[in-house]
Amino acid sequence: MIRVESVTKRYGRLTAVDDATFTAEPGRVTGFLGPNGAGKSTTLRILVGLTPATAGTATVVGRRFADLPNPGLEVGVLLDASAQHAGRTGREILTLAQKIMGVPASRVEEMLDLVSLTPTEAGRRVRNYSLGMRQRLGIAAALLGQPEALILDEPANGLDPAGIRWMRDLLRDYADRGATVLLSSHLLHEIEVIADDLVVIGNGRIVAKGTKAQLLQSAGTLVRTTDLGALGGALTAAGVTFSPSGATGHDDALRVEADPELVGQLAHGAGAALVELRPAEGAGLEDLFLELTADTQREGAAA
Amino acid sequence: MTAIPLKAIPLEPIPVETGPVQTVAPRSTRTAARGPIPLSRIVSVELRKSFDTRSGFWLLASIAIASLLATAGVVIWAARDQLTYSTFTLAIGFPMAVILPVIAILSVTAEWTQRSGLTTFTLVPHRGRVVFAKAIVAISIAIASMLVAFAIGALGNLVAAALAGRDAVWDQGVATLAAIVLANVLIVLLGFMLGVLIRNSTAAIVAYFVYAFVAPPLLELLAANQAWFHDLHAWVDPNVTQQLLFHGPLVGQQWVQLAVTTAAWLVAPLLLGLWTLQRSEVK
Repeated sequence: MIRVESVTKRYGRLTAVDDATFTAEPGRVTGFLGPNGAGKSTTLRILVGLTPATAGTATVVGRRFADLPNPGLEVGVLLDASAQHAGRTGREILTLAQKIMGVPASRVEEMLDLVSLTPTEAGRRVRNYSLGMRQRLGIAAALLGQPEALILDEPANGLDPAGIRWMRDLLRDYADRGATVLLSSHLLHEIEVIADDLVVIGNGRIVAKGTKAQLLQSAGTLVRTTDLGALGGALTAAGVTFSPSGATGHDDALRVEADPELVGQLAHGAGAALVELRPAEGAGLEDLFLELTADTQREGAAA
Repeated sequence: MTAIPLKAIPLEPIPVETGPVQTVAPRSTRTAARGPIPLSRIVSVELRKSFDTRSGFWLLASIAIASLLATAGVVIWAARDQLTYSTFTLAIGFPMAVILPVIAILSVTAEWTQRSGLTTFTLVPHRGRVVFAKAIVAISIAIASMLVAFAIGALGNLVAAALAGRDAVWDQGVATLAAIVLANVLIVLLGFMLGVLIRNSTAAIVAYFVYAFVAPPLLELLAANQAWFHDLHAWVDPNVTQQLLFHGPLVGQQWVQLAVTTAAWLVAPLLLGLWTLQRSEVK
């Protein structure tokens, strides 16, 4: 169980994390989703005690991280796979962690095996590793102490599609055995594939949280038309709420709070030709996420 | 086209439902047996970290290499009939004053410069313990290095005497050797302090060289030319009494001067450095 309660972090006038509250439950993979700079990493750093919170409390397996007598045995942490001495070999990095935790030396080879780093690769210095190899090494280090909770910051970064699939299966299996898994990502689709629960953060605030099913369930209708003005007028006249949607990747789409049949009839009455009409499954989350990223995005899809 | 309000449909945060309770946490049975990490374990891991990279390994190796070169240089170039043991210990002392502090500096700054502190301080979330372990390692390496250096110097002294066809002159006793070890420990701690305070490899090494090799001659010059500073010198510049230690134990007031300069230039900045280190973010 990982619990973040009313955590706030300010740097002078900048509020990096603003009253964030959420939990990650045992047996489930919780995805922590947000655009770059939204406060994900800061929140995770506060969780593991590397950054002091301005206010609020964060606990892992029921205790503050700093109060864990031997944290490596309780919580596996991977914050930045590249944050390793470039001159050490992969095996040496695992050996150092193994010695600090006091687990059997055989765990090192077991973990190397688990993350598919060959003995040759493990003997190479980390400066020669690809980002994907560093991520695998970081996962190996996090799992070394057989912890009951995992905190991983962007673990899928640098992994190829096969690597992401491997990570999904690994984390799925780990959570199924009762562990709490919290991982962050700035990519909605990446986290959709892996997570059971989602926590969405934007500009330091938690903007949505719930099970993936809840967040992705049908939220109205998605409609594309060649005549937005006419359809918009008809919807307004009928008292139906709607908003533009970027979920289709086109700028002629609306998300409407009504079922497709009603939207079709209104469009017909208004003489607006439709390009697409369907239940807006997941479009709400997608739109929310696009809205959050719009501020930081340099090249928006909708120009 | 009609202007459409962007936030027509606010997405309400959906409350998290408590998921099904899973009883089986991996290895929860072992939790009870987990004690805190003993300091000895942190020390041994920190010691290992000081030679498990190529740069670390060669820095340590360079201590023995430099001692050998200095000893060989003395045997080859010095007037052989005047050689005594102190010639060797002094010759070896110089490379030690360069290498040992650098080892101490890097042991601290690498956690920030190489960013390995992210792992180190998550596995041991008490930075004070880690830094204390690093200090123990730095001092142990300094003492061990000096013992190796003394042995190599003694060997040089025997060889030189044999080549000159006379008995070796042992003009330094245990007290003097202990004073030299103390001088080196102080130098190593000074490097360590700069690492803790600055937390950047290059800047800390430069700061050490300024302290150890640039400032002393300038202060020497000032003391020679300005009467008011002449008497003050030993009370202000820690190098004065530290240099005397390389020739043997201090006497009387010199110990007080060493204590005063050490408190001002080592203890005070070290405390400040430890305070900021506890609060700094490891990025």
